[in-house]
Amino acid sequence: MADQPTAPLYGLVAEFDSAPELLDAAREVTRAGYRKTDAFSPFPIHGLADALDFHDRRLSLIVLLGGICGLLFGYSLEYYTQVISFPENIGGRPYHAWVAFIPPAFETTILFGAFTAGITMLVLNGLPSPYHPVFNAPRFRFASQDKFFLAIEAADPKFNEAETRAFLTGLHAREVVAVEE
Amino acid sequence: MEGSQYPKGDFRAPLPIIGPGHSFRSITNKLTSVVLTKNTPKAWFAVMAIGFVLLNGLMIAITYLLFKGIGIWGTNIPVGWAFPIINFVWWIGIGHAGTLISAILLLFKQDWRTSINRFAEAMTLFAVVCAAIFPVIHTGRPWLAAYWLFPYPNAMTIWPNFRSPLIWDVFAVSTYGSVSALFWFIGLIPDMATFRDTAEHPLLKKMYGVLSLGWRGSARHWERYEHAYLLLAGLSTPLVLSVHTVVSFDFAVGIVPGWHATIFPPYFVAGAIYDGFAMVLTLAIPLRAMYGLRDFITDRHIENMAKVMLATGLVVVYGYSCEAFFGWYSGNEFERFMLKNRMYFGPMAWSYWVLILCNFLVPQIMWSKRLRRKTWAVFTAAMFVNVGMWLERFVIIVTSLHRDFLPSSWEMYYPTKWDFITLFGTVGLFLTLMFLFVRVLPLISIFEMRTLVTDKPAAAPQVEGH
Repeated sequence: MADQPTAPLYGLVAEFDSAPELLDAAREVTRAGYRKTDAFSPFPIHGLADALDFHDRRLSLIVLLGGICGLLFGYSLEYYTQVISFPENIGGRPYHAWVAFIPPAFETTILFGAFTAGITMLVLNGLPSPYHPVFNAPRFRFASQDKFFLAIEAADPKFNEAETRAFLTGLHAREVVAVEE
Repeated sequence: MEGSQYPKGDFRAPLPIIGPGHSFRSITNKLTSVVLTKNTPKAWFAVMAIGFVLLNGLMIAITYLLFKGIGIWGTNIPVGWAFPIINFVWWIGIGHAGTLISAILLLFKQDWRTSINRFAEAMTLFAVVCAAIFPVIHTGRPWLAAYWLFPYPNAMTIWPNFRSPLIWDVFAVSTYGSVSALFWFIGLIPDMATFRDTAEHPLLKKMYGVLSLGWRGSARHWERYEHAYLLLAGLSTPLVLSVHTVVSFDFAVGIVPGWHATIFPPYFVAGAIYDGFAMVLTLAIPLRAMYGLRDFITDRHIENMAKVMLATGLVVVYGYSCEAFFGWYSGNEFERFMLKNRMYFGPMAWSYWVLILCNFLVPQIMWSKRLRRKTWAVFTAAMFVNVGMWLERFVIIVTSLHRDFLPSSWEMYYPTKWDFITLFGTVGLFLTLMFLFVRVLPLISIFEMRTLVTDKPAAAPQVEGH
């Protein structure tokens, strides 16, 4: 039984039937002072991260830096190869033909920026992560289909299994289960 | 849809972008059942067989090419750029619609893009694969192409020439291919989690589980995911515009009459999107029939794509008129000769008029709303555009090169059977990759489709099998 865990307790996971219910519950949980919480949904829900008091805009800045690195890489590659390493006179054009250097430098900017965006998103999200305790919730496979879940971790200072369970049940959760680590 | 200015039932009112009565569950079931089924439609096997046969033709053609050299093609001097470059530009252009749909329409908040973006992105990726084959095999000795194409420190201490548009092209196309693959994979992650959770077979569960990277739909993850997706769309938008611009520089920077025109970059980009939408329609119409996806790819999608095709087609026709006007207005003897040779007395003037038929006249039927809602009419127009856009590159490349400045260097161009086997071989490669993709990965983005279900889901409708 999931309700009598033998391993250390990860937390309580509540299941909801719809996105508005999950959103309301997330707001209530945050208002009640829980911090080590997470919500799971089969598609992005606007305002859900906000309801969990989660704000992270670092990605934009990191991607900007990635793009700038790409620009510097592309341009210095061109400058090094065409001006320093092996200057060649081709059709009398200048070695440092900055206009002609724009397209490749532009492409490396995009290349570095895009891969920074993709990889940083995965790294900040801690992916790939083959195991996570929340997968132990018996009906969690529906989180990628049509059900909505809210988890409060046992590590939360306000966590008390009986009280938290009563609180979650009061938020119109369809079911609340204890999940092992 | 809501607040439509038209009365209910009026034919002018926009059609829905998703069939009525769908719930999260019915969307998930329908779209996962396309892959996680043992009843693959017979039509899938038929198309796959055709694609695979053509693909084997490509293998033979390339093997023979490597054995004999590019003399097996009709490529000659002065037509040193013939089928390989025509095919390259054609395929790269086809890819552009995928990025337009996934990135530009996302930024413009066009929610109808949702059901077509996934397979359009796959189409982009496979079109780039087909395109990339040509410049490499056109070098004749592709095993040497590494130092011709990429700047890496080699034993000869030489570098590619960055003042040439050809190396810009290498950077543009390789960036385009890599970023498209990344965009596509990132978009697939949440759907891989759905497959992991719905697949029955333990091996499939494991395989899709690995691809899902352990995605669990956490709100924090979604927040960063959407942020990254938006940034990728923002980065892909200038990228896709730059790719065909750079491809057009391959021609426009040269001084050959018929190539040296400032209209080329916008005209090429419009042509790419034109052809790309035609190819998306060419794939979408049979796929939705094959898998019974009319609820997801509705007539609204077909109609919107037909409209985009019509609009970009008119931009392309504007490009043709500009080319003609530039040639005439330049007063330059060679430019004017090129035009007359291309349109009037040259041995390949027929190709110009077939091109006008395919790219200008036939697609005008798309002005009619009734015809835009007739699948066969849209499909026919799209097939004409596919052929027309190939001919456009044929006209630009071959008629400009075969009679240049000096009559003593003129030469007629005739493609050989190997040219055609290679061209149709890449069509086979494209079909094979596309149909393998449809068989093993979700061809419509499942998680994005769920966001289109706005109403409180009613009882799940009976999902028809196929």
